[in-house]
Amino acid sequence: MQIEEKLREKAKELRRAIFMMIGANCVGHFGGSLSVAEIMTVLYFHQMKYDPQNPGLKGRDRLILSKGHSAPAQYAAMALAGFFPREELSSLKKLGSRLQGHPNLLSLPGIEANTGSLGQGLSMAVGMALAERLQKEKGRFYVILGDGELQEGQVWEAAMAAANFGLHTITAIVDHNKLQATGPICQRMNIGELRSKWEAFGWHVIEVNGHSIPELIQAFNAAEQNLKGPTVVIAHTVKGKGVSFMESVAKYHNGLVDENQFQQAMAELQ
Amino acid sequence: MESSRVWYGRELLALAKEDPTIVALDADLSRSTMSTFIEQELPRQFFEIGIAEQNMVGIAAGLALNGMKPFVNSFAVFLTGRAYDQIRQVIAYPALNVKLVGSSAGLSDFGDGATHQSIEDISLMRTLPNMAVISPADHVQTKAITNYLARFQGPAYLRISRADTEQIFPDDYRFVLGKVDLLLQGDDLAIISTGTLTATALKAARRMEAQGIKAAVINVSTIKPLDKNDLLKSIGGNRRVITIEEHSIYGGLGSTVAEILIQEKAGYHLKIMGIRDLFGQSGESHQELLNHYQLTEEDLITAATALLSD
Repeated sequence: MQIEEKLREKAKELRRAIFMMIGANCVGHFGGSLSVAEIMTVLYFHQMKYDPQNPGLKGRDRLILSKGHSAPAQYAAMALAGFFPREELSSLKKLGSRLQGHPNLLSLPGIEANTGSLGQGLSMAVGMALAERLQKEKGRFYVILGDGELQEGQVWEAAMAAANFGLHTITAIVDHNKLQATGPICQRMNIGELRSKWEAFGWHVIEVNGHSIPELIQAFNAAEQNLKGPTVVIAHTVKGKGVSFMESVAKYHNGLVDENQFQQAMAELQ
Repeated sequence: MESSRVWYGRELLALAKEDPTIVALDADLSRSTMSTFIEQELPRQFFEIGIAEQNMVGIAAGLALNGMKPFVNSFAVFLTGRAYDQIRQVIAYPALNVKLVGSSAGLSDFGDGATHQSIEDISLMRTLPNMAVISPADHVQTKAITNYLARFQGPAYLRISRADTEQIFPDDYRFVLGKVDLLLQGDDLAIISTGTLTATALKAARRMEAQGIKAAVINVSTIKPLDKNDLLKSIGGNRRVITIEEHSIYGGLGSTVAEILIQEKAGYHLKIMGIRDLFGQSGESHQELLNHYQLTEEDLITAATALLSD
């Protein structure tokens, strides 16, 4: 299928942009940015309806990156989608930059919510979806959560609320890469079995390989067709995906890449 | 005596009837915060969030991001304390149009004790960039401020007491953000008060007047952004100043006034009255707690007399 091939190439381009943005000899949130590369790609270049020239368009679909530390992946997708010039990516985390270390809607049009303090994105999506219901708008809300982030209690408060209000316009995506900043989640603070948890909270659950473009597309379509309540896509991913020395290594959650590693990564991502 | 929270709830309902973008959220306390009026009459504009203040603040942010005007209700202590990070990260930082209404502020929830008494909320909210912090002194002012906030763009914290208060302001009072209210002229000292203790300050000043002491009484409802020049103008030539509030002596009105006066190099003598680095406790009445924490007319007169004999 041609579209899948195009999206696969786009995901590669997005990964390269993440490296270019953070740069060699710099510390950055590589691991979780790489693990959401396909999720970002499918959302920005296939699934979501929006206009980069008019980021405030009424009734648009919205992405809330609740795991705000993966901002490099979102910035890369936004630059490739035309929200701002690609050259601006190199301003990441520089003083006065629109590309803050974590997303800030006041500085960068197209960012829908301020995230970075974990556990808060789903609550904001609940508020947005309630507002749109009152306003009779038809936008959809995609919230990307980290699996480590699920340790935050507020996520479950919001999960309860989304089901309580029957907010079928919300699709949560759990980037289930099994690692948090300091090690494997199952060893640091085990979040346990995810499917049954979300189901018990009243959500429709779909599990996919989070690096499979067709599986993601299928899951988002199924979520759209479910009018009973919110859907969560548990996306099984690999932290640091696409760069051999980073894959499933916790320290690249927010790690340093030297010149040689940078060159190696760029070569692997060609 | 009138209930500020009832006047708040009624005014919010009236405003919401006119403006369908006004919505109220509550965390299972609507019958105490008085968001119950809007809940009963305009159920579409009310969201019960359950006992989850952090989620409630996040949901309010989402509503504001989609053009609604949310009023978030809970007890002051839970709203500002429990959800502090949420208020900081997703309301104040992106400067969203969310009104946070902290009810049962100060010691006014006398029976429930320290867990329910909010004596540090002004301090918490005042330190946040973009956040307006407002503390009305009576029901008339509460109504006027509620009305003002419905049109005010940006984050604001409104601090409401559970206690009934005497009317201080005239029925046609109009609130202006940042301006202080010079309620009584006097050139021996200035008493600066906020919230429920403005009534106390007025009574104390009138009693002192009988003793030949002329105290100015200045009500400060806008803790932030406070118009410094308006405050200094109201203090006038007074160099002896007392602040009094139903809040910790740290970070509240007293601190706000001190920060201003200390930088004026005009030799002010300042006494800060409030709750002295202690938690509250249960009591049988609000007045009993005010007596215990030395926030009465008598305490104010004693402090004024001491300051004047300095």
